[in-house]
Amino acid sequence: MNDTSTLDLLLWVVLPYMVLAVFVLGHVWRFRADRFGWTTRSSQIYESKLLSIGSPMFHFGIIGIFFGHVVGLGIPKSWTRFLGISDHVYHLMAVTVGLAAAVACVGGLMILLYRRRTNTRVFGATTVGDKIMYLLLTLVITFGVLATLVHTTIGDYDYREGVSIWFRQFWTLQPSTELMSQAPIFFQLHVLSALLLFAAWPFTRLVHVFAAPVGYLTRPYIVYRSKDPRRESERRGWEKVDF
Amino acid sequence: MRVMAQMSMVMNLDKCIGCHTCSVTCKQAWTNRSGTEYIWFNNVETRPGQGYPRGYEDQEKWKGGWELSASGRLKPKAGGRLTKLLQLFSNPKLPGIEDYYEPWTYEYDKLLNAPAQQQNIPTAPPKSLITGERTQIQWSGNWDDDLGGTYLHKDKDPMLKGIEDKVQFEFDQTFMFYLPRICEHCLNPTCVASCPSGAIYKREEDGIVLVDQDGCRGWRMCITGCPYKKIYFNHRTGKAEKCTFCYPRIEQGEPTVCAETCVGRLRYIGLVLYDADRVTEAASTRDEKELYRAQRDIILDPHDPEVIAGAKASGIPHDWLLAAQKSPTYKLIKDYEVALPLHPEYRTMPMVWYIPPLSPVVDVVRDTGYDAEDAENLFAAIDALRIPVEYLANLFTAGDVPTVERVLYRMAAMRSYMRDINLGNAPREGIANAVGMDGETMQEMYRLLAIAKYEDRYVIPVGHHESAHDLESTGTDCPLNAPGGPGMGMSLPEESLGMAGPGYATKRQQTTPDRPEGVRINLLNWDGRGRPDGLFPEPATGGA
Ligand code: HEM
Ligand code: SF4
Ligand code: SF4
Repeated sequence: MNDTSTLDLLLWVVLPYMVLAVFVLGHVWRFRADRFGWTTRSSQIYESKLLSIGSPMFHFGIIGIFFGHVVGLGIPKSWTRFLGISDHVYHLMAVTVGLAAAVACVGGLMILLYRRRTNTRVFGATTVGDKIMYLLLTLVITFGVLATLVHTTIGDYDYREGVSIWFRQFWTLQPSTELMSQAPIFFQLHVLSALLLFAAWPFTRLVHVFAAPVGYLTRPYIVYRSKDPRRESERRGWEKVDF
Repeated sequence: MRVMAQMSMVMNLDKCIGCHTCSVTCKQAWTNRSGTEYIWFNNVETRPGQGYPRGYEDQEKWKGGWELSASGRLKPKAGGRLTKLLQLFSNPKLPGIEDYYEPWTYEYDKLLNAPAQQQNIPTAPPKSLITGERTQIQWSGNWDDDLGGTYLHKDKDPMLKGIEDKVQFEFDQTFMFYLPRICEHCLNPTCVASCPSGAIYKREEDGIVLVDQDGCRGWRMCITGCPYKKIYFNHRTGKAEKCTFCYPRIEQGEPTVCAETCVGRLRYIGLVLYDADRVTEAASTRDEKELYRAQRDIILDPHDPEVIAGAKASGIPHDWLLAAQKSPTYKLIKDYEVALPLHPEYRTMPMVWYIPPLSPVVDVVRDTGYDAEDAENLFAAIDALRIPVEYLANLFTAGDVPTVERVLYRMAAMRSYMRDINLGNAPREGIANAVGMDGETMQEMYRLLAIAKYEDRYVIPVGHHESAHDLESTGTDCPLNAPGGPGMGMSLPEESLGMAGPGYATKRQQTTPDRPEGVRINLLNWDGRGRPDGLFPEPATGGA
């Protein structure tokens, strides 16, 4: 504990909690101030062919990766061992499933980026927010892939003994800085870029993730509503829409 | 029976001159913003033609509307709930901007800023409103107007399937008419069913289908769901937009902008009452050709005492009931049976109805030198002119020719019957009887179709904001507030339900009951301040 530098403290303790606060409050603010702007901003009407390949690839990939992170970061080694899953089997599963998801995600992202840049209609509808979002998203994914390749596949860093523990400590409000400050460089960069992405999240189109319409599955098909006397506020979208 | 009220429209196609006034005024009112350039809530199509967006009626391609599963259950043609969710990331059946057209403007600056001594005449080249780049205009909302361009695409009108071999596109010998279209405000709308967010809804009071702009998340499934392609994607806001039936005007008792400005005065707006419990059953009718009748049958007779009682029970205000009794659309749909729904086979129960045009037939008779106002000639021509009749049947009755013929006979009979009267001859009852009507009804129908005044064409009761609470009573009223229930003290006298009399709007404030002393306590009614009435004994003065 004694050799904790101020920088480490800032990066691995202060920053993460600040980002958490921005992420949560940002979504609350966005929902209250700009429900109108809460949309996927679909660009399919401009271009469909590439999207129909890239978007499902990317999305199924990233959702797979999300669940991979839940398992890899959230579940301690002792639990999986207790369930009788040897470290070797666990690793094998992580690599195969993870690889499939990563290939889909990275491939999809490349198609989406190519489409954004080359299709003039889509590029014309790309906002500054989209550009920042895509930059951060690409960084996070790139560093994540590099970390896995360089440090755990070629090298022998075991993130389940390092980064994962820090991650759980973060949620139990006792993060130790060593675990991160001693983690390999690409893991550090992966985490830092992810923090930046999360900070930007509520202000980009990524809010659409929290609109995933699962309630549709149980709803009756036809929706009736009565005339609503509620007055709507005059405030408009985050990306200002000129009428 | 659950009686609900529905705003409906009827358009008399014989009178449409294809002037597009309705489209333009609608656009000025609703879609003159960026992102909505290509959006025409009202558009006018020349038929035969591909319509807007191109070929939208080909549901094998676009998968709009409903279909019956093997077990006879209704299911959106593009797939049920799970399919939709799995297709969120990319909708496989979404029309692209090229199926509409790429909106454009002209570089007018080039004209204004041209140097005075320039050698060449300055021009204003078109540029795309989406990319901002110069563009070639290749298509637009009514590119095949008046059959222009249709020749190139003659085989692309989905409605010509099955009769294309009979149609020789020598237009002077065939036929042409205009089809103005708005959202159908369907009784069984697939757009609503397709919206994963539940942001599209049918208004309980008047059946108008609207998109909640704050609830839409841009999943763009409704666009596929609507077989009429009357939901559009605002490409700037990323939200769905659709015809609103000009609800702010309707609520004030005024007709929609398209109807108000219609040059041909061919639009009729009125209420119909329908049995909401039977919508699904009617839309599931197996035989497509029976769908028109099934749809007509769930529309209820507003003079029937049972229906009147039902309307009262479901909170339909009295003046609305009166409006339903005077409704011109009800008369055209149910009494005269001359209005037909557009594409009943989509099973959405559309509520904008059409009187099919007789003019193609009249024109042919006149051009061949016969008397075009003689019933016999017209009847014979209707029988002989298979192409127009079959084409109209493909549009309005899922291909059921006799139904269209019956409507055309009635229109022809009216023409002939009225000629006698106009010429001062004795009217011939036989003409009316030949089409199953009597002379009096025929004259009534004539008055409505030919000379009806504004207030006869539009019978629109003003909206009741103050009754919104009653209509959603299941959601907001105290469930104990039933006769004899513990909350019954809160109920107002029954006569006042739905009445718009002065002071009625204060109902909310009256809900503190004038309870007989010490009888019932209603904590649900307690505003949290002070002591709830009657819960505690009156405090002794001065003590605590
Ligand atoms: C939870 C379920 C999710 C759903 C239902 C969903 C749905 C969608 C939809 C409908 C679009 C619009 C596609 C179009 O242009 O038509 C979209 C775009 C996008 N989504 Fe998601 N999404 C989800 C999760 C995510 C996640 C977790 C991420 C990344 C962290 C993400 C990143 C993106 C990006 C970057 C785009 C823009 C693609 C482009 O047009 O370039 N989404 N999403
Ligand atoms: S016509 Fe109108 S109400 Fe019917 S499905 Fe289409 S958008 Fe919905
Ligand atoms: S304004 Fe009336 S006559 Fe003119 S195109 Fe529209 S519906 Fe037809």
